Amino acid sequence: MLKTISFAAIALAFSTTTSLAATNITWWHGMAGRNGEVINEVAQKFNVSQSACALTPVSKGTYEEALASGIAAFRSGEQPNILQVFDAGAATIINAKGAVIPAEDLITKAGYSFDRGAFIDGVRYFYADSEGKFVGMPFNSSAPIMYINDEALKKAGVEAPKTWEEFEAIAPKLKEAGFIPLVQSQLTWQFTENFFSRNNIQFATNNNGYDSVVDTKLKVTDPNLEMMFEKLKAWKDQGYFAFYGAGWNDNQKVFEEGKAALWIGSSGSFGGLQKTATMPFSATFLPYWNAIKGAGTNSFIGGAALFAMSGKSDEENKCVADFFQFLTSPEVQYFYHKDTGYVAITKAAYELAQKDGYYKEKPVAEVGIKQLLLPAGDWSRGYRLGFYPQIREIMEREYGRIFSGEATVKDALEAIEKEGNELLARFAKTAG
Amino acid sequence: MRGRSKDQGEQAAAKRVQFASPFLPYLFLAPQLAIIFVFFYWPSAQAIQSSFYLEDPFGFGSTFVGLTNYADVLKSTEYFGIARFTAIFTALVTFFALAIGLLLAVKADGVIRGNATYKTLLIWVYAIAPPAAGLIGMMFFNQHIGPLVEFARWFGWDIKVGLDYFDTAFAMIVVAVWKQIPYNFIFFLSGLQGIPVSVREAAAIDCRSELRRFWTVILPLLAPTAFFLLIINVTYALFDTFGIIDVMVKDKAANNPITLVYKVYMDGFRGNDLGGSSAQSVILMLIVLVLTVFQFRFIERRVHYN
Repeated sequence: MLKTISFAAIALAFSTTTSLAATNITWWHGMAGRNGEVINEVAQKFNVSQSACALTPVSKGTYEEALASGIAAFRSGEQPNILQVFDAGAATIINAKGAVIPAEDLITKAGYSFDRGAFIDGVRYFYADSEGKFVGMPFNSSAPIMYINDEALKKAGVEAPKTWEEFEAIAPKLKEAGFIPLVQSQLTWQFTENFFSRNNIQFATNNNGYDSVVDTKLKVTDPNLEMMFEKLKAWKDQGYFAFYGAGWNDNQKVFEEGKAALWIGSSGSFGGLQKTATMPFSATFLPYWNAIKGAGTNSFIGGAALFAMSGKSDEENKCVADFFQFLTSPEVQYFYHKDTGYVAITKAAYELAQKDGYYKEKPVAEVGIKQLLLPAGDWSRGYRLGFYPQIREIMEREYGRIFSGEATVKDALEAIEKEGNELLARFAKTAG
Repeated sequence: MRGRSKDQGEQAAAKRVQFASPFLPYLFLAPQLAIIFVFFYWPSAQAIQSSFYLEDPFGFGSTFVGLTNYADVLKSTEYFGIARFTAIFTALVTFFALAIGLLLAVKADGVIRGNATYKTLLIWVYAIAPPAAGLIGMMFFNQHIGPLVEFARWFGWDIKVGLDYFDTAFAMIVVAVWKQIPYNFIFFLSGLQGIPVSVREAAAIDCRSELRRFWTVILPLLAPTAFFLLIINVTYALFDTFGIIDVMVKDKAANNPITLVYKVYMDGFRGNDLGGSSAQSVILMLIVLVLTVFQFRFIERRVHYN
């Protein structure tokens, strides 16, 4: 009897605390492993910092799976308050007018001031509309950077390359020293999207797709991109570049084991790489072509942003705004930056990390952010292309064909442009 | 004797239940029908409907486009490439899974001592979920650590799963077959054990060649089992290998072979193209329909049930 009473008392106590606690909001994300744990810690910090809102993060698997679950949930009216959407899915969610409340509107409506200038340049445009208004709240941002196997370069007696011309000069020496000179992990992100941003070349018509979805066309048959892939193919045949497939880890592993001299990966890989690399490493910017006029601009951001989904009560929206505000505070950004390797998205957070002496200790952590801070060109602000995850699939397929010798570079790029443009035209119909 | 069996027949007739109300049987069937309707007919109808529309992923707007989605799919050379691979994949997986399953069953049937151990060893693989099987297969074929890759290198074959189209296809077929053999084995073995000893003895007296006995006596008696397994295996190769493919291509099809079902998933869930994906699943539905009709019309005729 006593047991039952005490149980009832405890239950009652619990129910009162939950009813006192505040507005519940949910956050669906696509992060697992260590990064998923850090997200839970961020949510925990937010819940402790105030009492009006209670945030629950839910891992939905990968980025693609999170987007698919978010869409399915929205269609049945069960959407979360916050959905994390990755770079390639940005057009899907931003073009669905009414699916999200622009982050900037949400924040100003909640009574906060919003300063676009507080965000670092590479981050500022990507999830914004063509007028620069933030639709998504940039959250975890990354840049493709070049990791360097220090021992390999020392053994070959060469310096890390800043441009692809320099790479061509040192590649034979690296090969002679017994290393694979270059590997990379995602051709679409590193050698296509960011090839256009780093060399400041137009990627698609209609201002890279920002101005309108109607009649937007890819410009991947650009002679410069063709030249890049001709070079990659030649380097592969000469043994200066190796390709192990579209899987991220297949290519990273060669570097971790110390077999490759240079690896182009994500700045967000830094956290993990510290544990897996078997040799000392450093990093530098993603190279560009010196021969291309105006090259050397910043890169697009990778990673993901948070979107406030519509159809929620004002109370809940206020909590989402509170959370976005909390998230962009320098302290939280710095914490996230340090624990994951993703770059800090605001200038204040970057300054905090500098002041703390973090980059003296870990210079690699600064490379990505420095690359995003490089001067922007006309074409390095971002891109907005519908059905883009599918277009990336086409690219992966055609690039595979180039390296296996099944297709010439010219034919492959033409196929990407043709099939990609068909998809863009289809998307224009859905969004129109 | 005759009288007795007549009695039994009368008893059975007397036991046959007559429903008082004509609606009662339908009531009993209702739960099953409801399940079929909710989980099969309704989604199918929805798929057919959305295949005629181009839809914004979030469901705000959809435009009626008639047969455009179908035309887009059928115009695509890529789609035909995938269809061709699917046909080859299905044929090879079905053939090898059935052939090896049958061979092992015949051999295990002949074993008298340690019979149970053999059976257990051969059956346990079936308990593995397809994604787990894919993962194990992936490890065997891993470019960096895979033992099968090392093994193939002795013969001068540099297997590159995930990079080379042919090598990936080879690995996928091997893993898919490996996963399905135990299932076929169980059915073939019980089918073999259901053949009366007297029939086997009679056959042994008539014919000395074991192989010929197998072709002319045992195999025809196994035909109902084999026909059932043929359908199950074709369905398996077409649909259930999804998990294996997903793990082996690691979410990125790139220049690797995939099957039609995987393409539906890629376009629908990964690419958010609901209309195009629906059109593809309707096409797939039609293919399966044709295949089923063909199987029952032409192959089942050659099957003799007791």
